[in-house]
Amino acid sequence: MLQATAAPSPLTNPAFSQTYFAAYRWMLLARLLEEKIASLYRGGKITGGVFLGRGQEALSVAVGLALRAGDVFAPLIRDQAGRLAFGESLLDCTRTYMGSRLGPMRGRDGNVHRGRPREGMFAMISHLGAMIPAVAGALLARRFRGITGTVGATCLGDGATSTGAFHEGLNMAAVEKLPLVLVVANNQYAYSTPNARQFACADLVDKAAGYGVTGHRLDATDLETCLRVLHKAVADARDGGGPQLVVASLLRLAGHGEHDDSHYIDERLRESRLGLDCLKVAEQRLLAEGWADAAALRGVEINAQRQIDEAVATTLREAAPDPNEEDWCALATRHLSEASHAE
Amino acid sequence: MITYLEAIREAQARALADDPRVYIYGQDVGSFGGAFKATKNLAQEFPGRVLDAPISEDAMVGSAIGAAIEGMRPIIEMQFADFSTVGFNQIVNHAATLHWRTNVPCPITIRLPSGGTAGAGPFHSQSMEALYAHYPGLIVMTPATVEDAYSMLLDAVAIDDPVIFCEHKYLYYHLKAEALPTEAMPTGKARIARAGRDATIVTYSAMLHESLACAEELALEGWEIEVIDLRTIKPLDTDTVLASVARTGRLLAVGEAFPWGGVTAEVVARVATEGFGLLDAPPMRLNAKDTPVPYHPNLWGTHRPTAKTISARMRDLLRLLGKDEG
Repeated sequence: MLQATAAPSPLTNPAFSQTYFAAYRWMLLARLLEEKIASLYRGGKITGGVFLGRGQEALSVAVGLALRAGDVFAPLIRDQAGRLAFGESLLDCTRTYMGSRLGPMRGRDGNVHRGRPREGMFAMISHLGAMIPAVAGALLARRFRGITGTVGATCLGDGATSTGAFHEGLNMAAVEKLPLVLVVANNQYAYSTPNARQFACADLVDKAAGYGVTGHRLDATDLETCLRVLHKAVADARDGGGPQLVVASLLRLAGHGEHDDSHYIDERLRESRLGLDCLKVAEQRLLAEGWADAAALRGVEINAQRQIDEAVATTLREAAPDPNEEDWCALATRHLSEASHAE
Repeated sequence: MITYLEAIREAQARALADDPRVYIYGQDVGSFGGAFKATKNLAQEFPGRVLDAPISEDAMVGSAIGAAIEGMRPIIEMQFADFSTVGFNQIVNHAATLHWRTNVPCPITIRLPSGGTAGAGPFHSQSMEALYAHYPGLIVMTPATVEDAYSMLLDAVAIDDPVIFCEHKYLYYHLKAEALPTEAMPTGKARIARAGRDATIVTYSAMLHESLACAEELALEGWEIEVIDLRTIKPLDTDTVLASVARTGRLLAVGEAFPWGGVTAEVVARVATEGFGLLDAPPMRLNAKDTPVPYHPNLWGTHRPTAKTISARMRDLLRLLGKDEG
C-alpha cells in the first residue's frame, strides 16, 4: 500500500544549504527551459500559447520540493520549477509544447495542459479552480482506501480565487478535513486585471478564516521563505491539520503568455520589492553565504543548458501526430463509441 | 412489486456490496436517504461510503474525477438534473476529456433525477440529456423501465467512462415491476418496446409510456405502431432505428426535452441522412414547447408531449402521402 516515507527535515543546517542550492538548480533549469520554449515559439516551432513562470520559480519549486513521491500535485500554468522538482521530465514539457506523439498528451493537448495523473501529476484543464475539487477527490479516495500520510497540493493565481470552483473545492476539503495544500500565487494581475478589480478583502489570506482552514502568507521573491512556509504547510496537512491556504505575493516578470507585452503592469510595482527576481535573489544569497561560488553556479547553468538542448533536440526529431493514425475515440469503452454518424 | 425508484436504490446497494471502489456522494444522500429516498438506508448499511455533500455540484463532480483517477468508482447524485448545470464545467470539460487527454479512464456515474412532474416548475423539471450527449467522452443513459433502471445503473457503475444517468422522476413511483431483472440487454442497444408495421415512434425515458399509450389508442383504429425505446441516447442505436423505419416507412421521434436540437433532431437527422430511401413520408418530431417548464399542472400538461398529442401528430404522419386512416 502506498505510503510516503518520513524524511529528516531538510530545513535545518547543515542540510539547509544543500536544500537551498538544490532548489536553485531546479529554478534555473525551469527558467532556462522556459526561455528555450519561448525562443522555439518565436521561431515558429510551437503552435498555440506559451506561458512562463518567470518570477514564480521560488514559490513553485518550494511546492514541488515539499511534496514527496506518492503525493498528488496539480500544478497550474507557471509551475515549471515545481513540476521538475516533483519529478516531471524535461521531455514531458518539450514533447507537449511541440506536440510530439511520444509525449504524455500525444498532441491531443498542449503546453501547460499536461500531466501523468496515475503518477500523481494531474493535467490541468484551463478552467481556473477546477483542479481543487479534483485533488480533494483524490485525497478522499485515499481515505477510502486507507492510505495515510499523503498530501495533495494545487496551485492557482489571484484570479482563480474569484471562481466558484475555488469556493466549492476549498469548502468541501475543509468539511472533509482533507490534507490539501492550496497555493495562491498572487502575482498582482489576472491577465491584465489588477487585484483591485479582482477582490475586495484586504488580503487573500483572510479568506482562510472564512473556510475554517489555516492560512499562510509569504513573500515569494525570497526562496528561503518559500521553502520554510511550504514545508510547514505541507507538513501540517500531512499531520492531520486539514487544508492549508498559502498566499504568496510576487510579480509576474513576463506577459500572461508570450503573446502579451504586459504593458499594463504598474511601473511602481516593478520597482517595488515585489518586482525582485527570485532567481537573482537566490543566486546572490548562495554567493553571499558561500554555499556556492561563481564556478559552481556556472557549472549548474552549463549542466542545465545541456539537459535542455538534449530534450529539445530529441523532441525535434520526433514525429508529429498523424491524423490518419489518430484513433479519434474519446471513450475508454471502445465498443460504445459512436461511429462517425454525422462527422 | 418494485418501483423504478426502488430499483435505483437496489442497484446502488448492490454496487456498494459488490465493489469496494464504489461510494455515493451527493446532497442529503447520507442518513436522510436522499431527497427522493434513492439512497434510503444505504448510509446505515454501508458506513462511511454514502456521504452528504455540501451544496457544491462543481466540487461533487470534480472530486469524483480525482477519486476515479485514484481507482474509485463514485456515484454522484444530483438532487435534481437541473442543478447539474452548476457542475457542468467539471462534467463536460474535465470528466469527459480526461481519458482522451491523459489515457486515464474516468469511471464516474452521475445520477440526474430528470424530467417533469406536476407542480415542479422551471428548475426542478428539466431534461438535460441532449446537452451531455453533445459532448464527446460521455455516455448518456435514459432508462424507461424498472428493469432498465436497475440493470443500466449497474452497467453505468461498471463502465470505464463517465456516465450521465438520466432517471425520470415521473416514473419513480408510478412505474412498477414484479421483480428485479436477472438479465439485461447490453448498453447501447435500443429495444423494440412494441412491434408494428405502419409507423415507428423513436423515444426514450418517460415518453416511452406516453408513446405506448398512443400506440394502444391507434391500435383501436387499426394502426400498428412500432415503438422503439432508445435506452441510451449516447451511443444512439441507429441500426435498430433504421431497421424499424425500413419496415414501417414512417418516423416520429418523441422527446420531453426542449425542441431546439436534441435527441429527436439527432434521430431525424440520422434517418434522413442514412435512411432517406426508407422513408415514405417526411420524418416528424414532437418535443416539449420552447419555453421554460411551467409550474401549474394545466400548463405543464400541455408543455410536454402526452399520449394525446403524440397520437395527433402520428395521425398527421399517417395521413401524409396516402396512407388512409383505418
